[in-house]
Amino acid sequence: MTEDTALLDRGPSADAGADPVLQVEDLRTYFDTRDGVVKAVDGLSFSVRPGEILSVVGESGCGKSITSLSVMQLLPRPPARFASGRIMFKGSDLLQASEEEMRRVRGNEISMIFQDPMSSLNPVLSIGDQLTEAIMLHQGLSQKQAMDHAAEMLDLVHIPEPRRRLKEYPHQLSGGMRQRVMIAMALSCNPSVLIADEPTTALDVTIQAQILALMEEIRDKLKTAIILITHDLGVVAEMADRVLVMYAGRKVEEADVAEIFERPQHPYTRGLMRSVPRLTTDFSEARQERLSEIPGIVPALTNLPKGCTFAERCAFATDRCRAEYPALEPKKPDHLAACWESANLPDWTL
Amino acid sequence: MYAYIIRRLVATIPIMAIVAVFVFMLLHLSPGDPAAIIAGDFATEEQILKIREQLGLNDPLYIQFGSWLINLLQGDMGQSIYSGLPVTKLIGQRLEPTLMLTLCTMLIAITMAIPLGVIAAWKVGTWIDRAVMTLAVFGFSVPVFVIGYLLILGGSRTLGWFPVQGYTSILESVPGFLSHITLPALTLGAVYMALIARMTRATMLEVLNEDYVRTAYAKGLATRKVLVKHALKNAMVPISTTIGLGVALLIGGVVVTESVFAIPGLGRLTVDAVLRTDYPVIQGVILVFSFTYVLLNLLIDLSYVLFDPRIRY
Repeated sequence: MTEDTALLDRGPSADAGADPVLQVEDLRTYFDTRDGVVKAVDGLSFSVRPGEILSVVGESGCGKSITSLSVMQLLPRPPARFASGRIMFKGSDLLQASEEEMRRVRGNEISMIFQDPMSSLNPVLSIGDQLTEAIMLHQGLSQKQAMDHAAEMLDLVHIPEPRRRLKEYPHQLSGGMRQRVMIAMALSCNPSVLIADEPTTALDVTIQAQILALMEEIRDKLKTAIILITHDLGVVAEMADRVLVMYAGRKVEEADVAEIFERPQHPYTRGLMRSVPRLTTDFSEARQERLSEIPGIVPALTNLPKGCTFAERCAFATDRCRAEYPALEPKKPDHLAACWESANLPDWTL
Repeated sequence: MYAYIIRRLVATIPIMAIVAVFVFMLLHLSPGDPAAIIAGDFATEEQILKIREQLGLNDPLYIQFGSWLINLLQGDMGQSIYSGLPVTKLIGQRLEPTLMLTLCTMLIAITMAIPLGVIAAWKVGTWIDRAVMTLAVFGFSVPVFVIGYLLILGGSRTLGWFPVQGYTSILESVPGFLSHITLPALTLGAVYMALIARMTRATMLEVLNEDYVRTAYAKGLATRKVLVKHALKNAMVPISTTIGLGVALLIGGVVVTESVFAIPGLGRLTVDAVLRTDYPVIQGVILVFSFTYVLLNLLIDLSYVLFDPRIRY
């Protein structure tokens, strides 16, 4: 596919040699519920370097959002608890940080933007008020200085007439504009890490492209590390430097974006790629076939099977898969996957 | 905005007209001959005839209503049958204690109930939440006069901090006023407070699940700021609606509270008028109460603008 060669041509935008800015090790986020322990994130490790876009992919309920909320420690405890793990950021473990220390990190060093810009902005506070809040809190600026900085931020995210917008309220802005405001808000304290949880899912396609372009521009300008959580593989191909595929709270595959699209090693990753509808001008019957889907649903996280969590839905599953969870191993250089059968999978074509 | 206020004020006219019809009919719908009821058990036929003449009860109903309404619009609510004094004067004399009692009650209730409701919602499911809700159920279910006597027993008899009964005008002595008004205001406020606290808790629970609350936390804001600035401001529209509607509870409670604490207000005037079947006074008091209620709810509606920029009149 031409798309794939385009991916290969893209040089690494990240500082390949730089130390990771955020390093998550063996994170286990469990929820104690009446039905038992929900292992929403179960032994996840990953890291991001400055200026890198790491894409976390998976179906709904695979633990993507819980991962990001764990990093921000925005989960109510209880029911949530961290059964193990470290979240290393600037030399300290965020899981050991006090609530007050976390408040200094949130919105300042690590920021987050959310899926639905319609509901993520407070409807009764002006844009200026919401933007300056974090600036005044973290940077100790006066109201007036903060307003100036807020206007600059709106300018950075290409919102025309920023001064006027500052006085407006969210309901006076379109969805795309609101997401720009969210991005401006998240970037206002120049964070090292930006977590974007499905930032374009709720937007029109044309607006999606604009927001994605904006995020790339920001990354290039500010060298922010971006964790992009999405279920949209189109977005992944467009944006990511590296891709992490999650299934039922665990990492099942991780590789550079070109590598993973060229040689997916896990049947689940392949399934995800096959279930993306493609634009085509070929309307022959062969192309009109039904979009392939992954049979079944994500297993209940309270009662995970003993073996591979994907085995039940996998066409290649063997007895070993059903008995023993596969280790996460390098299948190719710099390409991790957790699958016993990856060597036996058929050659990959879409 | 001004156009809206004027529209709303104009809309109060039909409402008040309906109230006026009901108030007028009060006298005529009561069983038996109004004149005989007013005159009492031991009246002679002559006295009854005289009262009937005096009240214009011999005229057709619509003429009676017409002349009553015309007088009313000129600020004449008639004379008290018992004392012969103009009803407007009687009400004017009694207005201050009731007004102050209601205002103090609202002040105490609102300043206590909203923080309690916010804290209960924030600490939902904990003992704090349960304690606040227990208090609210108590305030709802225990009759006003029981709360009144309990407070007198505790605050006046046992602790000796407050006088048992009576009223001092704020114009005479501020400390005297405050010591007299505290227990009645707490008594009257109990139900009101329970209502507002429950509403605050319920609305806050809803708002705290909103995405923008998560955004606020993600900015690194402290809990207090998230609760008050981000959540409470969003919850204020339903809460202020409850504050407005709950005034109806106060109007009922005023009558009992003023009786318990011997406050010479409109509530006492109402009780006395009812006991003496002094219809003109009863009618006057009802009109004043209804008009205040309608006006207050207009003010509440207008207050939404303060809390929600999406509301424009």
